[in-house]
Amino acid sequence: MRKYSVFAVAREALRGHKGWGPQWASPEPRKDYDVIIIGGGGHGLGAAYYLAKEHGITNVAVLEKGWIGGGNTGRNTTIIRSNYLYEESMDIYEHSLKLWENLSQDLNYNVMYSPRGVMMLSHNIHDQQSFKRHINANRLYGIDNEWLTPEQAKAYCPPLDIAKNARYPINGAALQRRGGTARHDAVAWGYARGASDRGVHIIQNCEVTGIRRDENGNVTGVDTNRGFIGARKIGVSAAGHSSVLMEMAGVRVPLQSQPLQALVSEPLKPMFPCVVMSNSVHAYISQSDKGELVIGAGTDQYNSYSQTGGLQIITHTLDAICELFPMFRRVKMMRQWGGIVDVTQDRSPIQGVTPVPGLFLNAGWGTGGFKATPGSANLFAHLIARGEPHRLAAGLTLDRFRTGRLIDEAAAAAVAH
Amino acid sequence: MLLIYCPYCEEERSELEFRNAGDAHIVRPTNIAEISDEEFEEFFFLRQNPKGLIFERWRHIHGCGRFFNAARDTVSDRFYTTYKAGEPKPDVAAILKGEQDKGAAR
Repeated sequence: MRKYSVFAVAREALRGHKGWGPQWASPEPRKDYDVIIIGGGGHGLGAAYYLAKEHGITNVAVLEKGWIGGGNTGRNTTIIRSNYLYEESMDIYEHSLKLWENLSQDLNYNVMYSPRGVMMLSHNIHDQQSFKRHINANRLYGIDNEWLTPEQAKAYCPPLDIAKNARYPINGAALQRRGGTARHDAVAWGYARGASDRGVHIIQNCEVTGIRRDENGNVTGVDTNRGFIGARKIGVSAAGHSSVLMEMAGVRVPLQSQPLQALVSEPLKPMFPCVVMSNSVHAYISQSDKGELVIGAGTDQYNSYSQTGGLQIITHTLDAICELFPMFRRVKMMRQWGGIVDVTQDRSPIQGVTPVPGLFLNAGWGTGGFKATPGSANLFAHLIARGEPHRLAAGLTLDRFRTGRLIDEAAAAAVAH
Repeated sequence: MLLIYCPYCEEERSELEFRNAGDAHIVRPTNIAEISDEEFEEFFFLRQNPKGLIFERWRHIHGCGRFFNAARDTVSDRFYTTYKAGEPKPDVAAILKGEQDKGAAR
């Protein structure tokens, strides 16, 4: 692999930029792999990268039915934070945040991680009590999170309207300064490049149509639109389609797939310095490096794989954005899209072994999977390599819906996160 | 936004009047205190999540207030039919065939 550096840029500038090769290889699939990961998003590509880098398992294929990073990795609002309430969540999201901090150096690929701060607005006494509980829990666990007065919130994010007679008055905010954003495509491409360099096969346009098992129930491989590919271990990391894949192996999982929408505005001059979220009125917004306002809306109420979503959902979010930031009222929206998110009943992810030997599941990241990408991928690789979960992901088991050990972030956040 | 036909009001209304209520045809066990953890998980947490035909409950919350069921495609979001609570699952293949025949006759 050619290392990217300022010297490489200078050398190529002198040669007319003719020496840049493809960032990852596109080989023909082998007949057989040690590990197959289904789903070429950030989580799947990252898992392959860490399998090769940290566990020495390089006979790995990542199968992607479309193009890598074309699913939810390319459709989210790129928010990164770790200020969750429960220890199981803090463990994995904080592990992820720590990996974000050095990810560009680790991958030799600029993922544009920008710790610009994530500010969550409090609008009423319930929000205030809930946020302060989060802040206390986070700080006791060594995660930064702090309470701001409305004036401090306004100083941190000047476009914010903190007028007492506003439609959605603000009585404070919780701020995680290490939170921020990253470039979503670069995450997928960086992991793909790193994995491919270590011998992992990245196979695009390869849709899995069946999961085969032997007489003892062990997985033996997958049927695809490019024929049968054998594997001793299979990791499913397919977001909204995870339950469809698990069904192929005869495993029912507590996942519901729903459209989640996002939209971007026309590009504007830099004027929005951080990420702002409001759970109560359901809006989140940041400004990308291209200048577009990146706005996240809610999920639709019904199960769907349509990758669109209802217009009333985004108008509701824009209503809220225009009240919170009156200066955006005349901004034009440029694009809108939907991704299919897989939601669990307790709004916490599932990462663990399944009833099928050799089959591992990483799913249920719902509306907040992007921030978890490095941490989830890192721990999923550990799970696949060792056959048992890492300490930091030990609570995210599939069987918690039977044992009752739920991680109830749904009640903690009272909103999609 | 979806347009949904309420079988009680006998009228097609916008999705804003309705609340989706998840998987249809789930029967609460009568011996709920005695069932095993596996059976409870099955009843309480495991739901259909098909890519294609789904049978689901809706409630006409800003209308008649009643629950009814629907057969819908989760890829196109098209409703095949809606039917009253307590009625059996409709035969979607027959509905599609009926439409085809009507199209051919035209």
